[in-house]
Amino acid sequence: MARAATTADAFNAVAEPRRRQILDLLSKGERPVNDLVARLKLGQPQVSKHLRVLREVGLVVVRDQGRQRMYRLNGRPLKPLHDWVKQYEQTWNERFDALDDVLEELKESEDGDGGKSE
Amino acid sequence: MGARVSKGAAVVTLPTSTQVRVTREFDAPRHLVYKAWTTPELIRRWWHANRGEVTKVDVDLRVGGKWRWVMVTHSGYECAFHGEYRELVPSERIVHTEVFEGAPHAEAVTTVTFTEKAGRTTVTILVQHKTQEDRDAHVNSGMEAGLQDALDLLEQVAISLG
Repeated sequence: MARAATTADAFNAVAEPRRRQILDLLSKGERPVNDLVARLKLGQPQVSKHLRVLREVGLVVVRDQGRQRMYRLNGRPLKPLHDWVKQYEQTWNERFDALDDVLEELKESEDGDGGKSE
Repeated sequence: MGARVSKGAAVVTLPTSTQVRVTREFDAPRHLVYKAWTTPELIRRWWHANRGEVTKVDVDLRVGGKWRWVMVTHSGYECAFHGEYRELVPSERIVHTEVFEGAPHAEAVTTVTFTEKAGRTTVTILVQHKTQEDRDAHVNSGMEAGLQDALDLLEQVAISLG
């Protein structure tokens, strides 16, 4: 399947467990950066680095609220990932559709005289 | 073959970080689905997923017996799985180990259950891996390298994407 091999796509951005953790936290709502730092138990520079990667691919959006930087999740760049899951499902659907045909034949030969139907 | 009234759709979920589950309903009694699942010449006809040709299906259908299924995709990539049967309850349940030969260290235990209701059968394939990395390798098999870890997240956020 087609998928960009750059380091700047959403696929790679969510490959890192910490970044997934950040997205997880943000999926529950907007949070200030220091709240993320506290919850992740990481240093502020590390968290900022992860947030920068996420921001570059558009998975998080930042805004200033007074002296705080507020981060929120933007799911749109995950659409290709969503499509990828659908593709995995599609592999199984192809199998199962073929299995439907096999089963139809088995049903027919069982209902009939036991011989093979054309 | 004509259009069917009710065609099922596979549903793939990741119940835990080490599992993959696929479910699908079939318009056939479960003894036939079980037969199609365990008979080599029948397996050949559906396991290809329209992505290539099934080149080998070994099925030694007894507890402790080995199995090996191989397919070659249209692009020439060979994709092989093998394992051993752990439990066989005809028409009800198959428990077997499973190794994707592209990731030979990662052995999973797969449980396939066949549940019948009003002549229709729901098949559930539950693949239990030892680690999340193993699971991801499994989901990758027959697919491109990808980021299966992300699926957990997706389940939460993709819903909003329509």
